[in-house]
Amino acid sequence: MEKFTPIESRPAPLVEVGIIGWMRRNLFSSIPNTLVTIFTAYMLWIVLVPFLNWAFISSDWFGESRHDCTSGGACWVFVTVRWNLFMYGFYPEDSYWRPNLAFILLIAIIAWLSIPNLPFKKWVGIAAITIYPVVAYTLLYGGFGLDVIPTHRWGGLMLTLVLALIGIVVAIPIGILLALGRRSEMPVIKMVCVIFIEFWRGVPLITILFMASVMLPLFFAGGTDADKLMRALIGIVMFQSAYMAEVVRGGLQALSKGQFEGADALGLSYWQKMNLVVLPQALKIMIPGIVNTLISLFKDTSLIVIIGLLDVLGMVRQALSDPAWLGYPAEGYLFAAFMFWIFCFSMSRYSIYLEDRLNTGHRN
Amino acid sequence: MTNEQEFIITLNNVNKWYGQFHVLKDINLNVKVGERIVICGPSGSGKSTMIRCINHLEEHQEGEIVVDGVVLNNDLKNIGQIRKEVGMVFQHFNLFPHLTVLQNCTLAPIWVRKMPQKEAEAIAMKYLERVKIPEQANKFPGQLSGGQQQRVAIARSLCMNPRVMLFDEPTSALDPEMIKEVLDVMVELAQEGMTMLCVTHEMGFAKKVADRVIFMDAGQIVEENEPQEFFNNPQSDRTKLFLSQVLGH
Ligand SMILES: Nc1ncnc2c1ncn2[C@@H]1O[C@H](COP(=O)(O)OP(=O)(O)OP(=O)(O)O)[C@@H](O)[C@H]1O
Ligand SMILES: [Mg+2]
Repeated sequence: MEKFTPIESRPAPLVEVGIIGWMRRNLFSSIPNTLVTIFTAYMLWIVLVPFLNWAFISSDWFGESRHDCTSGGACWVFVTVRWNLFMYGFYPEDSYWRPNLAFILLIAIIAWLSIPNLPFKKWVGIAAITIYPVVAYTLLYGGFGLDVIPTHRWGGLMLTLVLALIGIVVAIPIGILLALGRRSEMPVIKMVCVIFIEFWRGVPLITILFMASVMLPLFFAGGTDADKLMRALIGIVMFQSAYMAEVVRGGLQALSKGQFEGADALGLSYWQKMNLVVLPQALKIMIPGIVNTLISLFKDTSLIVIIGLLDVLGMVRQALSDPAWLGYPAEGYLFAAFMFWIFCFSMSRYSIYLEDRLNTGHRN
Repeated sequence: MTNEQEFIITLNNVNKWYGQFHVLKDINLNVKVGERIVICGPSGSGKSTMIRCINHLEEHQEGEIVVDGVVLNNDLKNIGQIRKEVGMVFQHFNLFPHLTVLQNCTLAPIWVRKMPQKEAEAIAMKYLERVKIPEQANKFPGQLSGGQQQRVAIARSLCMNPRVMLFDEPTSALDPEMIKEVLDVMVELAQEGMTMLCVTHEMGFAKKVADRVIFMDAGQIVEENEPQEFFNNPQSDRTKLFLSQVLGH
């Protein structure tokens, strides 16, 4: 009888190495591929070269006024002269350290939570949602011995970040509760959640902001006292939680019924089941949807210009209408676009990183 | 001995409907402590529905279900009480894919029984050894074979130290070569005296360990008997037909 001997495993074949090999395989593997490569290279050449020339090579970066822009390319002086305005709005200059410190603390917390193997993650996380908001509020607004800086002086990128962050952080838990409520077996809770979600989803954000600033004071006697930024924030949070709720609902639906039953059969309570079994899995599935919503929220913050608050885009547009600086819309809008892009792109990369890290083999 | 002590599970004239569809019709069943019952019957006859009513994964509309002296009604406290004492193993395992095997096993003891983590882990390892996969403790369920996953699911239930175990076709999603490893674990469990209700088509298992075999059809218990009698001397035509189909090949 013949004995079965498995064939020895061999290492996987080495692919052609080196940049030439890579190019031959990917860019010039066939005649159509070669044509596409050449065409693309040509298009890049005629678009990119003039752009780079305008933006970097023959551009001016520093100076005092438009007369310092002499090279014929981009006049970045427009931006650098107003850098502080674009970053902080009309926040007093001697207090810039306050938003700076709040921002640095935030980055430190995010970094701490993302870098694997750092200790005390749980405590840092708890501090991030309990102590940090108080600290950040005090730093930005004032109190505890710091001068009060009213919110109508806030502006620029700082305002954009404040709106987006608070919107995000508050909308996620509310959205989760709304989504759970919408699936609830209790009819009253279910109906309240459905009405809430459908109402806020059905109205454009711009209308909500407008109502928050113009109509609230009409309806409520004390409405005029409420801070403008606070009113806008409430509107944004409502709007955003309705969207978040639908994303969460999608994630909950993607889970198999067996997961709910498995948890039930073990005797877990409703909230234990949700917190320990359902949401950790659902949130993982939902990361792309959540980040998508967050990115669109981030960009939508510009709409607060209609209630007279100036985010980074609002500051740029105001600067563009300055008679002394007429004629630099390209520089202004490119700068604003770049600011938005940096943050949105970071969020997108972070979500991909999170998805990778949470991946534990195939799901049920 | 009083009645409550003798019967750990009692179903009294239990009826259930899905909309207009009458799934369970006047089910009466008494299970003694330590009894091993195998439930069989054609697809759609209500076997799963019946055992799922016992831990209230499904709600019955008429009749009475008493588990370990606790009456099953809509009182959440009673439901929780019963689920603590009744373990369940599903056809598709229903392990939690985001937790390791060990975490799957310690989750309920820690959160429901409020056991310290160390103790829960020690118990989990004991049961993982009993189902012969202690070395997989730190893997995720997605990295295990079907048979291994089902054994983890059994261990996970046992970690709650239940008084009764329910099995709903635990081997029917498994490849043939893995069925035995799961059945072996179940046989061992039966021999240790665990009270078991098991929906299965594994007639070999029924012959080996069952004290009683129950045959269901169209939402009713048609026949119940000791395995010897049940297989050799079935009473109703329906049972005979079913047995000829199951044992025929
Ligand atoms: N959620 C539900 N809604 C409506 N009908 C249902 C539902 N669940 C089950 N049924 C029906 O109830 C009947 C009994 O189902 P059950 O799952 O108890 O059968 P079973 O005996 O376990 O069958 P199988 O051997 O296929 O698992 C079936 O006809 C099924 O179609
Ligand atoms: Mg079934």
